[in-house]
Amino acid sequence: MQELTGAQALVRSLEQQGVEVVFGLPGGTILPSYDPLLSSSVRHVLVRHEQGAGHAAEGYAWATGKPGVCMATSGPGATNLVTALSDAYMDSVPMVAITGQVGTSLIGTDAFQEADITGITLPITKHNELVTDVERIPAAIAEAFYIATTGRPGPVLVDLPKDVQQARAPWRVTDWPPPMDLPGYQVPPPPSAAAIRAAAQLLLQARRPVLYVGGGVIKSDSYDDLFRLAELSQAPVTTTLMARGAFPDTHPLALGMPGMHGTYPAVAALQEADLIVALGARFDDRVTGKLADFAPRARIVHADIDPAEIGKNRRPDVAIVGDLRRSLAGLADAVAAAVAAGQSPDTADWRAILDGWKRQFPLRYTQHSDGPLKPQYVTERLSALTGGNAIIVAGVGQHQMHASQHYTFTRPRSWINSGGAGTMGFAVPAAMGAQVGRPGEVVVAIDGDGCFQMTAQELATCAIEKIPIKVLIFNNGFLGMVRQWQELFYDERYSSVELGTAIPDYVKLAEAYGCVGLRCDRADEVDAVLDKALAPSDVPVVVDFRTHDREGVFPMVAAGRPNDEIVLGPEFSADEQRAAMRREMELR
Amino acid sequence: MSTHTLSVLVENKPGVLAHVAGLFSRRAFNIASLAVGPTHDERVSRMTIVVDGASTSVDQVKKQLEKLVRVLKVVELEDRSAVERELALIKVRVDPALRGQLLEVAGVFGANVVDMSQTTLVLESVSSPAKLDSLLAMLDSYGACELVRTGRIALARGAGVITDEPETAETLRAETAA
Repeated sequence: MQELTGAQALVRSLEQQGVEVVFGLPGGTILPSYDPLLSSSVRHVLVRHEQGAGHAAEGYAWATGKPGVCMATSGPGATNLVTALSDAYMDSVPMVAITGQVGTSLIGTDAFQEADITGITLPITKHNELVTDVERIPAAIAEAFYIATTGRPGPVLVDLPKDVQQARAPWRVTDWPPPMDLPGYQVPPPPSAAAIRAAAQLLLQARRPVLYVGGGVIKSDSYDDLFRLAELSQAPVTTTLMARGAFPDTHPLALGMPGMHGTYPAVAALQEADLIVALGARFDDRVTGKLADFAPRARIVHADIDPAEIGKNRRPDVAIVGDLRRSLAGLADAVAAAVAAGQSPDTADWRAILDGWKRQFPLRYTQHSDGPLKPQYVTERLSALTGGNAIIVAGVGQHQMHASQHYTFTRPRSWINSGGAGTMGFAVPAAMGAQVGRPGEVVVAIDGDGCFQMTAQELATCAIEKIPIKVLIFNNGFLGMVRQWQELFYDERYSSVELGTAIPDYVKLAEAYGCVGLRCDRADEVDAVLDKALAPSDVPVVVDFRTHDREGVFPMVAAGRPNDEIVLGPEFSADEQRAAMRREMELR
Repeated sequence: MSTHTLSVLVENKPGVLAHVAGLFSRRAFNIASLAVGPTHDERVSRMTIVVDGASTSVDQVKKQLEKLVRVLKVVELEDRSAVERELALIKVRVDPALRGQLLEVAGVFGANVVDMSQTTLVLESVSSPAKLDSLLAMLDSYGACELVRTGRIALARGAGVITDEPETAETLRAETAA
């Protein structure tokens, strides 16, 4: 029987697992594993900061549906992964992190570059393990991938002490995966047929249904059944920030995004609904606003893979626990059967009301031809010039909301962002990971100037590895969303929020990193600059769009306020705002 | 305080206690007591966790616990259908003149004297949490000066055993609600 070091066993396990790429950065305690990696079929992308490796693994997972893998050394290498792990945990991103650890005899002695990374990441990983026995490595790796990708996906960390990587053990694995020892880990059973039937009946009887679609629809690849269900039931569809692209924005039933910066039709439809069918969504506070006032008259069907989400925030009338792919297929089948048997949805009046709201209260902004450049305009031109077919990656803040609102998404896995955690600096490295996972496609990071500066160093990685992402910086010289909150909620007292537009010089910075740097500050130049940026190339491009510094994100529901208090924003008159609030009277 | 008693079977592996304790901290669940020990199966440990029902949704606690990879089973024990015990050691500083009286109180509560000095004695009590609370209230007036208690352990009455219990049947419950 062949004898391998722990490091060789690790790399062979990754190969067996079908891993094509690892994002990482070596250091003392992970060095043994970097040696066999050199001669492995697994590609290693050398990042410039471990946080970049973590977000790249996330971007890869978002874009491909396959688990992302990152690797770092002990101590600061491992702690630099923490933000990305937390991000992946909040957004249920399948990811495996492998960290070096000091030798087992040194653990607990405050050794050089020692950090208790399993302790640190315990609340932000789906699972983690410190492996102390070299013979356990193949099973630990197989288990990590199994846990990361099954049930509700999430990040798993495997911590490998240096001596365990160096120790030798016979390679006993004949078939991959090797036997796993997970007696306490259960993948949810198939969804209950009775619950699905009950949900289908509620849906067909509802007069004002809304399909509230969350990230679970993308993670479970169940968008085809979602499409079928929507058309069969003629129920309008709202796609959350995690689910943009799960249902085409171009479809007449599409309402856009719900929540704090959701479209008026989506927010109001949920408030007025008599039935909400939540599909892989979790009634997050950014969607519900003040929970007690959310959708007061709606019955709730909640389909989710995680039983702990059922009733966590809103008690459902029907719960469907299980893999959403099976739940949605079952739901679509049940509705189809009922329709075939003569039942029909009755949502025409409801849809007419919603269509009226779409006309009356659209997303609105004004781009004057000689006025300051608006981020919404740039996004809409990008959408038009890419035909809605680019993969859009955003960080967190105004640029993220503008991208989500104004790009016309038509296909799943074309929108990647930091949803739950709200991680500034996510976009550039996540775009890098997405581009590695889908090399033939156009990957565009829409980023704020604040976010961009947090992880811009990965441009070096992109340039050297020929990962040709396009980065559009919406440079308004501010931490824009913070500025907006200070304007609205802190009496326009702008405390520590101005970054300035000129430093750094983003064009020079791009060039210094071996990328193409462009700048644009006029609306009439946007198309030409975008054309240039989007041209096929193996060199990454950075565009410094000098955007209006006082442009806000609207509509807006203030944090903790009821959704009924939605503010349409400065583009709407007081009469229009009043009309938006009066809708309840019309309806009842 | 309204409390709920959970019996939790976990894999007997390093880090399990940290995972369970970390979950309570991360989810802001309030824990009233926690007792851990081995079972007759050396691969399995049993935790008895008492949670404060007023501030914490016990349904969420159960479901979040079940999601932990090393947790094998979570069962809630109802007060009336379970035997609940706590062990306490209580050091009481007592005037020799009152010692007899104190011993009488201890006898009423079934507490044993396990150590004695000129001025102190140590009582051992194994009893239900409520009875222990009553004993402690009595002892306060005598000068109880040091207390250690184990946290509650509990076992269902009757013939059933924990491994036969079904998993939390949230699906069924929600269906019924529909």
